[in-house]
Formats: sequence, structure tokens, C-alpha cells
Amino acid sequence: MLILPSKSTIQELNASRRRILTGGGKAVLSAAAIAMLAGCKGNSMAQTNDQSKGDIDILNTALGLEYEGIAAYQAGAESGLLQPAVLKLAVGFQSDHKQHAEALVKAITSMGGTPVQPKTAAEYNFPTSTLHNQTDVLKFAAGLEQGAVSAYKGAIPLFANRDLAGAGASILGSEAMHWAILNSALGVEPPTVAFVS
Amino acid sequence: MTARAVLSCLLGAIVICAASTISCADGDPAKGEQIYKRCQGCHSIDRNRIGPMHKGLFGRPAGTVPGFAYSDAMKNSGIVWSEETLDQFLQGPRKMVPGTKMTYAGVPDAQERADLIAYLKQATK
Repeated sequence: MLILPSKSTIQELNASRRRILTGGGKAVLSAAAIAMLAGCKGNSMAQTNDQSKGDIDILNTALGLEYEGIAAYQAGAESGLLQPAVLKLAVGFQSDHKQHAEALVKAITSMGGTPVQPKTAAEYNFPTSTLHNQTDVLKFAAGLEQGAVSAYKGAIPLFANRDLAGAGASILGSEAMHWAILNSALGVEPPTVAFVS
Repeated sequence: MTARAVLSCLLGAIVICAASTISCADGDPAKGEQIYKRCQGCHSIDRNRIGPMHKGLFGRPAGTVPGFAYSDAMKNSGIVWSEETLDQFLQGPRKMVPGTKMTYAGVPDAQERADLIAYLKQATK
């Protein structure tokens, strides 16, 4: 069953999302994490070249995920299948992914790495032929967000730099919110597990 | 068969089980399908994404899916994917193949790996 969020709900969700990202004046990302993802040096211990390369690899995997998410929401937005309220929500989520990607590019560059580039729509090869209505699009987006949560969860323990691990956890939280809200829009029962995997 | 022969067989089986986590763990593909959702951040059965597609996985030399840009580490790993090599890889991808692009800590639980591999055996044919 598809439960469309009302206009007021959408407005509140978007306001909440902004409050969460900005902390309503209280930074949610730690200062060190923001510094790292903004391309400034954090105050973590110096890393070896191997550790830095490993962290750059992780950040590039994350960047690839974010680019895929941006492209997926773009495909959804251009599908003509989304009602205005849902379209607005999707564009808001896409904006989050753009902010994640921008921060990741800066972090990778500041660490001496080369950011991966977004693929073309043809290269992403999204299963658009299977998306026939708004529910299909939302399920597809929810699956990508769930996968992103797992990907960040699996990558975070590998970071040598703890500031980057914290920043990754912050992005994981954002992806998890997207997943939950999309599931809510789809009328899916909330997860009953205490831990995500 | 004498009691000594039976005991010998049992001990032999235990040794084999200890040497291979897979041979002792019966994987449940239905549970594995749920575990596979963790992989779907980067992987798909039938298309290359952040990671390579999984279709045709078993018996395939690592680093050989057409159209996917592998790390040199994976291309040169010499791995051929089987239940055993997958089980080892999934315990810690970057431990087995340092330098792989797969930046994922792994699946530490042996039963979960067995379930996942059981699902992959069905889904990737």
C-alpha cells in the first residue's frame, strides 16, 4: 500500500532534514569530521601512506555510491511517475546525496587522491523498464538507500582515520533516514530490529 | 566395520569440518537472500555497479567480468570463485586481497556466510 505523505508532512520532513543536517545551529557532524570532509586537516594522528590510500579507496567507494544515488533520483524525477509531493521529497534526498558527494570529493582531493567520476545514465543501466508506477520507483529508491546503509556500515570499521569514520557514520545516518521515510511512504512496517547490518 | 574404524571415520570428519567452515555449515538460501541485501549497496546479480555483477560467479576467475574496472590486486589475485574461496574472501575482503576496491569489512558470522553463499549459488546461475 502506498501512503502518500501530505503536503504538510513533506514540509515538516524537509524542515527536519535541514535541522538534522545543520543541527539547528548545533553541528551534528563533529568539527573534525566536517574539517576532514571539507578538505581541511583534522586533528587525528598522522597516517601512513598505506592508511591514507586505504581511506581514499573507501571514500571513493562512497563517492561512487553517492553519484549512483544522485543519478537514480534524477531518473526517478524524470520518469513522470512521481506525484508532486513525492517528487519534492525525492529531489530533497537527491540534494543530500549531492552534498555528500561534494564533501567526499573535497576530502579525497585534500588527501591527494583522485575522485572517481560519475557514470553516464547508460552506464548505470538502471532497471527503468521495470518501473511502471510511483510505488516501483519508491521501492527501487528504498532498496538503494538500504544498500547504502549497509555499504557505509561495512566500510566504516575499515577507516584508519577516526574522524573519517565519524563522518561516514554521519552520512550513514542520513541514508538511513531516507530509507525509513521511503518505507513509510510505501506503507512498509518499520523495521523491528535494533541493529542494522 | 569395527568400533575403531567408526571412531576413525568420525575423527576424520571432525578434522575435515574444522578445516573448512563451509563443509559443516548448511546454508539456507532464503536467509542468504536477506543477507544479500547488505551487498546491494554496491552489487547486483545482473549488472555492474560500484562492484561487479554476480551472475556466473561460481567457477569464474576473479577480476574478469567484462566492463568492470577491477583493481590490479583483484585481477592478479589468481582466485577462482568457489564456495571455499568465497567463504574466505567474505571473512575479510581486504585481508584476502589487499588493495581490492571492495571496501567492506566482511561477514564475520560463518553461518551467515554459508547462507549467503547458498543464495548466491542459486541466484547467480
